[in-house]
Amino acid sequence: MSKRYELNKNLAQMLKGGVIMDVVNAEQAEIAEKAGAVAVMALERVPADIRKQGGVARMSDPRMIKEIKEAVSIPVMAKARIGHFVEAQILEAIGIDYIDESEVLTPADEMFHIHKHDFNIPFVCGARNLGEALRRIGEGAAMIRTKGEAGTGNVVEAVRHMRTMMSEIRKLRHLPTEELMTAAKEMGAPYDLVLSVAEKESLPVVNFAAGGIATPADAALMMQLGSEGVFVGSGIFKSADPEKRARAIVKATAYYNDPKILAEVSQNLGEAMYSLEINEIPKENLYAERGW
Amino acid sequence: MLKIGVLDIQGGVAEHISMLERLSDVEPVKVKTKDDIDRIDALIIPGGESTAIGKLLMDFNLLDPLMHKIQSGLPTWGTCAGMILLAKKISNHPKTFLNVMDIQVRRNAYGNQLDSFRTSLKLPAISKHEIPMVFIRAPYVENVEKDVKVLAKIDDIIIACEQKNLLATSFHPELTDDISFHTYFVENIVKRQ
Repeated sequence: MSKRYELNKNLAQMLKGGVIMDVVNAEQAEIAEKAGAVAVMALERVPADIRKQGGVARMSDPRMIKEIKEAVSIPVMAKARIGHFVEAQILEAIGIDYIDESEVLTPADEMFHIHKHDFNIPFVCGARNLGEALRRIGEGAAMIRTKGEAGTGNVVEAVRHMRTMMSEIRKLRHLPTEELMTAAKEMGAPYDLVLSVAEKESLPVVNFAAGGIATPADAALMMQLGSEGVFVGSGIFKSADPEKRARAIVKATAYYNDPKILAEVSQNLGEAMYSLEINEIPKENLYAERGW
Repeated sequence: MLKIGVLDIQGGVAEHISMLERLSDVEPVKVKTKDDIDRIDALIIPGGESTAIGKLLMDFNLLDPLMHKIQSGLPTWGTCAGMILLAKKISNHPKTFLNVMDIQVRRNAYGNQLDSFRTSLKLPAISKHEIPMVFIRAPYVENVEKDVKVLAKIDDIIIACEQKNLLATSFHPELTDDISFHTYFVENIVKRQ
């Protein structure tokens, strides 16, 4: 395990219990920081707009990322397309803090993800289940998040992915050692990582929830299901009162186990973002299906 | 049994708890409310994002009670973000948070994540062995008032110091296996108060 990889996992540990917010300009980044975000994700269009407008979604303009970097003191993340290692090289050159190799952007490679161990900068990747999470970690991801279904304001897929991962982790724990190789084969996951999960009963990296979180209650739900923090994409800046909603989601994530606080912060937030029923989305537009 | 709290608002809480579990006669406690603050013998403020932790302390009316408690002698150790929260001056941030320690700190002093690093240092006052140190987007101390004792420097820059009931470190002992700073905090700060 390289020193750099350890440091990259360590940064994710420092983000635990926090909210990472999608922002499209410096002004939104400042609002996010003031609301108590632990990091911002710089991108040109939030997932809800990518869905509406269609077309190829790519890495953001480096100039816009730099402006966001100038505007805030919290860590700045940005998205690269799945498999687009040159976008990742560019983001590393800008000197941001984390790259999200993200299914929300149009994949550049349908066969191969980025070999993330080639980089000094940390990566976070989406996963729907334990096998997918361990494949990404095998490639060098220093942090995992659920894929959920971004830009829908519908938490159901994030719940499915988090429950799946947690239940698979618990199952591994109870398998006798001789069955772990078969488990690794069936999940399509690196054997050494399967061994480590079985022993520690947790992922070797921090695991956040993402994709469809729109309310403080959604955030607290994901935390109670075992998530270590949350990403909120369209949920904040596509709502009626982004500032208020951002603050409420931050509080709900920190005090996810306190229903009184959750009740208080959930009041009077105004309209949530425009939302979508998952089964009304054509199959080719399901982002969680991207990557493998 | 000493009840040592870890401020559980955001950040590397579990890591400090598992270090404290290795010490004898110490009961680690997560601190999230004013009642929790009143129940502890000492406090660790972990690493995380100082702006996020500071904001939540304010929103949940914990900042003032915590400040009074620390001013009246609660042994407190801030690691990384925790050190920023303790400082009376922050060079590159307009406001301070708990405002209790006579140090001037610089946030993200080493740069962004690509500048995060790991090193080790021999500090006879703390441990016989070389101490591993992890710096993640770390702050450092630019200035101290005269009753602050400097414990460690790297390249002539202060990265650990203490003042009466307070201990501050730029780095994260809880991200290593080395227990010497936790032991030092309990033996030399908590038990001497």
